[in-house]
Amino acid sequence: MPTIAELGARYRSGETTPTQVVESYLQRIETLDPQVRAYLTLTRESALARAEATEKRLKAGKPLGPLDGVPLAIKDVICTKGVRTTCSSKILENFVPPYDATVMVRLNAAGAVMLGKTNMDEFAMGSSTENSAFFPTRNPWDLARVPGGSSGGSAAAVAAGLAAGALGSDTGGSIRQPAAFCGTVGVKPTYGRVSRYGLVAFASSLDQIGPFAADVRGAALLLQAIAGHDPLDSTSTDIPVPDYPAALGQGIQGLRVGIPSEYVIEGMDPEVGKAVSAAIEALKGLGAKTEKVSLPTTNYALAAYYLIAPAEASSNLARYDGVKYGYRAAGGKDLIQMYGRTRAEGFGPEVKRRIMLGTYALSAGYYEAYYGKAQRVRTLVRRDFQQAFERVDVLACPTAPNVAFKLGEKEDPLQMYLCDVFTIPVNLAGLPGLSLPCGFTQSGLPIGLQLIGKPFDESTLLSAAYAYEQATPWHARAPALP
Amino acid sequence: MPDPKIDIEHVARLARLDLSEPEKERMRSQLDAILTYIDKLRQLNTEGVEPTSHAIPMVNVMREDEVRPCLPAGEMLANAPEREREFFRVPKIIEE
Repeated sequence: MPTIAELGARYRSGETTPTQVVESYLQRIETLDPQVRAYLTLTRESALARAEATEKRLKAGKPLGPLDGVPLAIKDVICTKGVRTTCSSKILENFVPPYDATVMVRLNAAGAVMLGKTNMDEFAMGSSTENSAFFPTRNPWDLARVPGGSSGGSAAAVAAGLAAGALGSDTGGSIRQPAAFCGTVGVKPTYGRVSRYGLVAFASSLDQIGPFAADVRGAALLLQAIAGHDPLDSTSTDIPVPDYPAALGQGIQGLRVGIPSEYVIEGMDPEVGKAVSAAIEALKGLGAKTEKVSLPTTNYALAAYYLIAPAEASSNLARYDGVKYGYRAAGGKDLIQMYGRTRAEGFGPEVKRRIMLGTYALSAGYYEAYYGKAQRVRTLVRRDFQQAFERVDVLACPTAPNVAFKLGEKEDPLQMYLCDVFTIPVNLAGLPGLSLPCGFTQSGLPIGLQLIGKPFDESTLLSAAYAYEQATPWHARAPALP
Repeated sequence: MPDPKIDIEHVARLARLDLSEPEKERMRSQLDAILTYIDKLRQLNTEGVEPTSHAIPMVNVMREDEVRPCLPAGEMLANAPEREREFFRVPKIIEE
């Protein structure tokens, strides 16, 4: 499948047209998505109309932007005006947003073409997309395995060639881990780099929207379009957005790469460890200097996250009360009973678990011991990274300790949480993180390399990732779908 | 840290979740296991460490207090499970 940059070049040269491309993606979705099940909703008509609009601009001799006519998949946690946005939850099954998220306003203005909305773990809580209230998504590399999560639909869509790029959201690894499991590039930007306006909230101090693409350049082009200050999100940061695609060619001569010694853990897949070590050697071969660094609070980050994220979620999800939008249970004799039944029937097991955990952590008598403690641990996690970044420019480590697992393999919630042990600290510290393919297991499953950067230094992450990608063959591999 | 034995009934009431009996049972054992894992935080000394609520610190984001158009009431009500005229309709709140 062509990359995002290749599509633009082909449109400009007249080799193909946006309508032809969008039609071929829709055709491919019709053929392959019944197996992968990446999409929840297809927006066929509006996609074709948008493709036609790009074509008209092209025929009128207007210059095309890098995302003009580029077919994209959007995670169903991002509000799309007039298009059902469910968060893969029964409670929002029929919710049609009356407005577009800021990222959608920007993508639409850039001429991008949304093909549809993708499946996810309910309210972005999960690491396998099995927590969708509707159906699980399959990993295009092995249909018996999960695509990762929570943005599993977006990652699988890009990996299977059912979209040229995608948007996801990342609260504890939900872009990077599925990118690793599906062999795509995924970027979690710095907290505040991309507007969260219109992103259905899970944990507001951690959530961030970011791109998926088949290659680093595609991810850079998408990030360029969505990054920047938004007055509608008071946590979005008002600092200039650099030219990300321009940063790609700058090479990594002299780049200081830190290798965190805590990111080798018991129970880690040895093939992951081997591939990541080889990737670090490759970075050295390209001119990077590596050194060991220590992030001593790593071992506690996951525990702190599972207090902070559920605490914020329990508060954010209080809005689902069966009054203003979404599902309402029948037969409640008064308001309180209606609330309790609506929420019990509307939310799935993992969402209820996290609401309970968060409510408990914030409840009288436990607040300081749990939530307060976790916030102090968060300070230490952040400090670890600050100290490491005094000596190095980026950190390199595995994205996840394991490769894609089989559907139904992780039934114990705690085992599922441990999937995110290498991605969660990055969210707690608000840093940018990127996952890109760094090899395959013997059985042909993708392995992800995670690069972590300084706040607002996505450029360095992207240029390091690009240098590695250009020197290795992994991004050229595609899953063989029947 | 307090005993991790969580009072499921009380917390479910706070969270407005009418859990079924089997759900409560499952929740009790799962949350106990998760809280036991979380208890490892006790080993970490955080005395004198300030709490972090946001990783990228920001204070007092101000904007002009100006009138801006908002979405029409009809659109805002379109997703309501039940409505009457320009209002959301809910079950009885006050006893007669």
